[in-house]
Amino acid sequence: MAVVQALRSGAWRVVELLSTPLVPADYLDEIAPLRNPGVLRCRIEQVRPETRDAVTLVLRPGRGFRPHEPGQYVRLGVDVDGVRRWRAYSVTSAPGGLSVTVNAVPGGVVSNHLIAHARPGQVLHLDQAAGDFVLPPDRPAKVLFVTAGSGVTPVMGMLRTHLGELRDVVVVHSAPIPEAVVFGAELRELAASGRIRLVERHTRADGRLTPEALAALVPDLAERHTWACGPNGMLDDLGAYWDEAGLAGRLHVERFRPATAAIGEGGKVTFGRTGTVVDADGSVPLLEAGEAAGVLMPSGCRMGICFTCVLPLTGGAVRDLRDGRLTTVTEGEVVPVQTCVSAAAGPCHLDH
Amino acid sequence: MTTLQRKSVNPIAHLTAADVEAIGRELDAIRDEVIASRGARDAAYIRKVISVQRRLELGSRAVLLFSLFPPAWLAGTAGLAIAKILENMEIGHNVMHGQWDWMQDPKIHSTRWEWDNASPASQWKHSHNELHHTYTNVVGRDNDLGYGIMRVDESQKWHPLYLAQPLWNFVNACFFEYGIAAYDLELGRNLATRKRRRAPAFRAAVKEVRRKIGKQVLKDYIVHPLLSGPSFLHTIAANFTANLIRNLWTHSVIMCGHFPKGVETFERTSIEGETRGEWYLRQMLGSANISGGRLMHIMTGNLSHQIEHHLFPDLPSNRYAEVAPKVRDLFERYGLSYTSGPLPKQVASAWAKVFRLALPNRDDSATAPLAAPEPRGLATRWQRTPV
Repeated sequence: MAVVQALRSGAWRVVELLSTPLVPADYLDEIAPLRNPGVLRCRIEQVRPETRDAVTLVLRPGRGFRPHEPGQYVRLGVDVDGVRRWRAYSVTSAPGGLSVTVNAVPGGVVSNHLIAHARPGQVLHLDQAAGDFVLPPDRPAKVLFVTAGSGVTPVMGMLRTHLGELRDVVVVHSAPIPEAVVFGAELRELAASGRIRLVERHTRADGRLTPEALAALVPDLAERHTWACGPNGMLDDLGAYWDEAGLAGRLHVERFRPATAAIGEGGKVTFGRTGTVVDADGSVPLLEAGEAAGVLMPSGCRMGICFTCVLPLTGGAVRDLRDGRLTTVTEGEVVPVQTCVSAAAGPCHLDH
Repeated sequence: MTTLQRKSVNPIAHLTAADVEAIGRELDAIRDEVIASRGARDAAYIRKVISVQRRLELGSRAVLLFSLFPPAWLAGTAGLAIAKILENMEIGHNVMHGQWDWMQDPKIHSTRWEWDNASPASQWKHSHNELHHTYTNVVGRDNDLGYGIMRVDESQKWHPLYLAQPLWNFVNACFFEYGIAAYDLELGRNLATRKRRRAPAFRAAVKEVRRKIGKQVLKDYIVHPLLSGPSFLHTIAANFTANLIRNLWTHSVIMCGHFPKGVETFERTSIEGETRGEWYLRQMLGSANISGGRLMHIMTGNLSHQIEHHLFPDLPSNRYAEVAPKVRDLFERYGLSYTSGPLPKQVASAWAKVFRLALPNRDDSATAPLAAPEPRGLATRWQRTPV
């Protein structure tokens, strides 16, 4: 066995020498982009319109993709106008398949691009599924899902997978009008067959859902484990209500955007290793400022959760866009900062 | 001004300081326009070139497995030479300049690219991007001028050793990739003293180059030949020939960039406190283009647009042809000469200079200060190398 392994690794080293200074997979990419073990990609198999401004992309992940857990998201790298942009999308399919549903974000570069231009056969870049917005292995007896707009997407993944294991499910979903309900037909069918209790709220007519209104709609709310996903305003309200009711541990939320409360002062950002210097606006995260200047920045969730984007701040000051907290480093000090939620507060220097 | 060109007037004497800054603003506007319009078309271009290059290389190497047969040897060698040229010029050189960094593709990024050349990317980026592009044609600062082994300007003191410089230049052309590696290491300077030879940074750099060369040699002269079995020796010859062709071609193209008649050199002190407009002007005067068709531009890595490349080193190479008419128009409006010519003419002109400067300056007037009019309104830093 050891001999076979030695032979295999020896043979592989020869193949690597054949292709130096590139790696063998760079050549393989020419014919089989999904087979590259070093770069995860996926191919669009099917593009299915859901509503006027939402499409479902059925994807075939490349080699090396690990199955997701329902409720998790994947990051897709999409080339828009020649620039690779990464965005996180909740997986809407059960494990074994990989579908995401892209909802148009007003002014959103990637979502609108995908809705207009995604076609079967196109290859996108992909990252492993991540996120802890998932059901626990011991399925709770009574579950409440509170969703609004595109917030229904991770919940749909859970319903499509776990519904058989859940006895009592209430889904309270808000959308502006009935036609804008993503997966409307499927949800209504589940409700009609008695598998879930669905409360559809159409905010243009009924107004925004308040926690009090929710409590009135779901009287046994305190007995339920709740998963909520939607706009930050709604999630903040729910969080406060659950806290007050002493139920904080029973509420699980998923945000699509960081809750920003502050802007920095802006300033000159220097990327020490590449020598790139950019004038960054106080409202622009360091991550985006670097990317716009062509710097290859590590990135992940882009909302301050996953810590993939952390870089060492070696000089100057940055402000956390979520709470306005100022981080200043003095000479010789190094502080790791989350570049996706930090903006320049005066000149600053990153060791990257 | 170089005596070689025998200019009796300073080519920028008619420009005021305000003119120079206006030129800078116009060039900035051209640059901004391209940056604002970079997009999917450009990304598709570089991906296409990379794809064609890789297929061509794979195909040629496959054909060379049978290099025992003369037609296979010829086709494979030609294909491999072209693939190597594309890889070094239109892809490697330009990617390492950061021309494609804006795409945010880690596979096509200046910080990640490694090229099919003896010089490791990191060292080449330093000597080329930082030194050559900053100190373009400044005698004594820009090692691209003569690579430190040749006399490239009349103002350089003649020495009998320079008699052999046409030979050095030819040898350097044949083994250009190793010449580049040596000059990225600043071998001449670093081997000079014991202290420099022993400096840890230098030793680490040498080790890096040795490793890179080792892998390159192993690939071209051992592994691929072994793979071709009975064609072993023929494949070695084919790979050697492809490398030779690549070296001669890149050397010729690069000589055409800064050597031909019409290109100015600058003295060391002339760039102190240089403004942006003045920097642009030095790039304009210190570079020369090669005229030709689309294929010529691609095969030279668009260094046929050397002037445009030196003005905008990090713009995507496929855009140089597009901005060239605007740059040329700017030259004309400001009464500057835009040096350009077909490849054979430019190569001959550059070689003529190499031969000419191998000999001492012909007349005494060449070493005496030239009675050129003082540049009006321009700081003395814009004076040419005294002659």
